[in-house]
Amino acid sequence: MMLSAPAVIFTLTLIYPSYGLYFHIGETEKKCFIEEIPDETMVIGKYRTQLWDKQTSSFLRSTPGLGMHVEIKDPDTKIILSRQYGSDGRFTFTSHTPGEHQICLHSNSTKMALFAGGKLRVHLDIQVGEHTNNYPEIAAKDKLTELQLRVRQLLDQVEQIQKEQNYQRYREERFRMTSESTNQRVLWWSIAQTLILIITGIWQMKHLKSFFEAKKLV
Amino acid sequence: MCSVMYGSPRVLLQVLWAQLLCGWVLGSELTFELPDNAKQCFYEDIIIGTKCTLEFQVVTGGHYDVDCRLEDPDGTTLYKEMKKQYDSFTFTAAKNGTYKFCFSNEFSTFTHKTVYFDFQVGDDPPLFPNENRVTALTQMESACVSIHEALKSVIDYQTHFRLREAQGRSRAEDLNTRVAFWSIGEAIILLVVSISQVVLLRSFFSDKKTTTTRVGS
Repeated sequence: MMLSAPAVIFTLTLIYPSYGLYFHIGETEKKCFIEEIPDETMVIGKYRTQLWDKQTSSFLRSTPGLGMHVEIKDPDTKIILSRQYGSDGRFTFTSHTPGEHQICLHSNSTKMALFAGGKLRVHLDIQVGEHTNNYPEIAAKDKLTELQLRVRQLLDQVEQIQKEQNYQRYREERFRMTSESTNQRVLWWSIAQTLILIITGIWQMKHLKSFFEAKKLV
Repeated sequence: MCSVMYGSPRVLLQVLWAQLLCGWVLGSELTFELPDNAKQCFYEDIIIGTKCTLEFQVVTGGHYDVDCRLEDPDGTTLYKEMKKQYDSFTFTAAKNGTYKFCFSNEFSTFTHKTVYFDFQVGDDPPLFPNENRVTALTQMESACVSIHEALKSVIDYQTHFRLREAQGRSRAEDLNTRVAFWSIGEAIILLVVSISQVVLLRSFFSDKKTTTTRVGS
């Protein structure tokens, strides 16, 4: 077996999982991640679960029968994806409204006995926008030279920057509208409160005056 | 998935190609909500000699601060900061193993925090998995590489700007709703207090009158 760098890295990926980052999740715990993205942006999420095995005191390679429920909400809290996947899953969606999308994962254990250990390791990888593109695949499909592929990558990146700038303009408009609304509210409610104060003051004096006159105390 | 290992170098290379097509990426960027009194840890297996960067920013919540701690496989703390709003930490992995970084909101009693972090491990995967690249990059190709790096940093700045703007926007929206509720509340309190003042005053004088009339008759 040759000991070149790719081979070493490859071997290590067999020992360590493919998706780098992982975290632990409880049995009925729901973990949510927020992705603030412009519209027409593709998001690909991949996850892999490993269950803690009490007998071997280690995490099992893969667990059949263990599922994860993935729920994705758009900025208007409308559910755009709600599906049950196996212990390894891949979900993808394209945003139609710009804003904060919420990706929630929670385990849907089929057998309660599986959770004797109570710990579930979830490897997660979420790629957004131009990171979803698989360049070696695109090169093979469109038969691009290396230079053409690099330029293609730059074009994708610039497109992503453009989309983000557009989204920023939309956000700034919303922020400006919120500030204007606050300004209006502060103005009108201050005037209203001052008027209420003056009117109730006048009413109080008048009412008490007539009350004391009736009582023949004044 | 990709769990077969053969001795032949050619098959190894083919499986490596397949592995790359599977989408082998080193680098994660996530935004999550950290409830009050909670701690969230993330782990990553890193090979020795890899240059890694951890960047985090608190998006919403309270004083926009969080505790962050990064530990190496032996438990030695590489980075520890309390109540930090934004920071970036670069290190080179000195050991093979699982590195752990945690965000803690345990000092807060009731504010939820939204935290963004970006953990880059090593370089981006190569565009072309050409292990047998002998010639150096041409001028065009190296120009493309530098543009790519510059655009990556533009995207990074955009992300941080977006997070700052999200912070400001969330505060502005909070302020807007609070102004509305408190103004209505204050107007109601004003009315209630002024009416009850008059009623109370009237009741003082009314009692006195009934006692005097009783004594008279």
